[in-house]
Amino acid sequence: MFQPLDPLVSSLFSGLAITSLLLSFVMLGSRWLENYLYAFAGSSWAIAALAAVAAYFGGHADLYFIALITLVFRGIVLPYLIWRIIRTLEVDREIHEIIQPSSGLVIGALLVMFAFAVSVRLADRLGLEHSAVLALTVMLSMTLIGFLMLAVRREALSQILGLLVVESGIRLGAQILVPGMPLLLELVILFDLLVVVACLGALVSYLSAHLGTTSASGLKRLVG
Amino acid sequence: MPLVALILALALAPLTAALGCLVARRPRACEAINLAAATVTLAAALPIPFLIDDRPLLFWGGYVVMDRSAAWVMLCTAIVYFLASIYAIGYMRLFDQDNRLFWFYALFAGFGLTTLVAPLMNNIGLYWVAIELTTVVSTFLVAFERVGESVEAAWKYIMVVSAGISLALLGTIVFYWSGSFALGPSYPMTWTALTAAAPKMPPVLLIFAFMLVLVGYGTKVGLAPMHTWLPDAHSESPAPVSAMLSGALLNTAMIGIVRFLAIVGAAGRGQTPRLMLTALGVLSLLIGALFILRQQGIKRLMAYSSVEHMGVVAIGLGFGGPLGVAGAFYHMLNHSLNKSLMFFGAGNMMRAYGTKDIAGIGGVGRYFPAQAGLWLAGAVAVTGAPPFGLFLSEFTIMRAGLQPAFSWAVYLMAVLLIVVFIGFLNHFRAMYFGPEPAPDRAPAGRVSAWCAAPMWLAFGPLLVLGLWWPAGIWNYLTAIARTVSP
Repeated sequence: MFQPLDPLVSSLFSGLAITSLLLSFVMLGSRWLENYLYAFAGSSWAIAALAAVAAYFGGHADLYFIALITLVFRGIVLPYLIWRIIRTLEVDREIHEIIQPSSGLVIGALLVMFAFAVSVRLADRLGLEHSAVLALTVMLSMTLIGFLMLAVRREALSQILGLLVVESGIRLGAQILVPGMPLLLELVILFDLLVVVACLGALVSYLSAHLGTTSASGLKRLVG
Repeated sequence: MPLVALILALALAPLTAALGCLVARRPRACEAINLAAATVTLAAALPIPFLIDDRPLLFWGGYVVMDRSAAWVMLCTAIVYFLASIYAIGYMRLFDQDNRLFWFYALFAGFGLTTLVAPLMNNIGLYWVAIELTTVVSTFLVAFERVGESVEAAWKYIMVVSAGISLALLGTIVFYWSGSFALGPSYPMTWTALTAAAPKMPPVLLIFAFMLVLVGYGTKVGLAPMHTWLPDAHSESPAPVSAMLSGALLNTAMIGIVRFLAIVGAAGRGQTPRLMLTALGVLSLLIGALFILRQQGIKRLMAYSSVEHMGVVAIGLGFGGPLGVAGAFYHMLNHSLNKSLMFFGAGNMMRAYGTKDIAGIGGVGRYFPAQAGLWLAGAVAVTGAPPFGLFLSEFTIMRAGLQPAFSWAVYLMAVLLIVVFIGFLNHFRAMYFGPEPAPDRAPAGRVSAWCAAPMWLAFGPLLVLGLWWPAGIWNYLTAIARTVSP
């Protein structure tokens, strides 16, 4: 648990968390893979900024380091990896979506409301303060939005980004709720994320080589 | 201290093998390196359960924990790794891909390494990372054949499991957060710290976190309805990998659920989580039974049987008490042995008949008399019939459930196990006594000793464990039960 926050810190936290949430809606509402990429990079920078704010006002000096590596790896290296996958795919937009982006936005909004309801109930039981409720809401709703993207998008790259949205949400919530999480762990999880994205990149090239498609709607041979 | 040396051997042998295969690159050398590592691993894992007592032992700054449940799961893994390494030598030679074979063995040893090390992680976050690494390594093993189906299976595997496991990460964070209500903002993220702090954590958060973790690691365990990756990955990967996935990986993920259950149990809030675990177990049993009835692929049949058996383990843990938990852990060992046997036999028949379809396999008894007897005995065992190990463990679990809260689950379990028995053996009837393939499509060749020996090695202990449940093992497993569900 953390002490009651300075109003300035609280509003910075809120601003950055809401920015991330809005950027995940950009992904939900767009068909273009490039937009996904920019939105993901943007939300990574917001998370890095959040870590820096927590470091400056909370006195957790090692969070500066986290902010730096988040900026480098999540903000630059990961988007670069994804950009390379997009280049090899020769697909620049989502063609096979199950539901329209506009309907996706509406469902996303409903999911945020659900996440908020859950967070408020938890907060009532625990006596949490404002920014913790917001962090919990953003964490849960980004997780749900990521799962929504996984469920309704068919292009391999959108699914990778769906996973990353889930992960960003968890990362962001953890930054506010448990700033004292061991440093080693953050490093390892970040490294793990890089490995997973690299593996997914390799698999995408297998997919296009052996199945001639990178759309999950082509993956229908194994049933029952 | 000998225990330290044994743990080091367990981790370093497969690590050395993985690196050694990358350096050696010659297929025959890689086979030997991997088999040597598997032998060392098994030799190191066997004595460990005798060397530990009730107290969990910590090593290397508390990052590694060795307790009874970890030692047990590692033993299961080491056995399957050893058997699968022998089998792989015979099986992978049939592929005619000697130039890529060193990749297979490097990844295989890496898979062995990650599954062996994961239960030893004392840090909850590192356990999560180890589980994620098992996925990454095994994805490429699933895709090893590089045909459309196996790539598709690999993609579904990594997507579904990564999505599931991210929920486990969320649950882990919420667990840590609820611990911070008792221990302050920064504390070691270990199983022991959380178990000690559990009574002072907010119960509502504990239940919430456990739900997330159960769905997350439950995906990896293959509990329905999160099992969808399992039949694809198990059926499309090479047979030794299927055996490792089923006999080693699923248990390794289950141990995470067991440990989180122990935390919630320490807080005195075990009732709801155990009910959730039982419900998921019964659902897995139902899904497994229904898909076994109408199955057409031989390896998919084995895969759904794994869903079913993981459901039985989950039910045992849900019932709790000494009978339930001991039965569940005994079931893990028996299932590891039995499912290795079944996948090896399925791999042999698949290669001999050149098809994955049950309909294409016929007259097994006439073409392969020795194989046929062994494989059939394994099939009888895997459906939970006496006198094999799985019968004893399933029976113990059902006895554990005879309490007012859970009797409904016992009745459902009994009915579904009978359905599985009929459905599973009916497919074997078709393969043994059904129509035989036309003479020009009759199976060619014979089963090599590399492919037959591990089946006998699995069968022996399976039969012994069914006839005789040694008192030592019983005491060992009830000691685990005391820590999991007090």
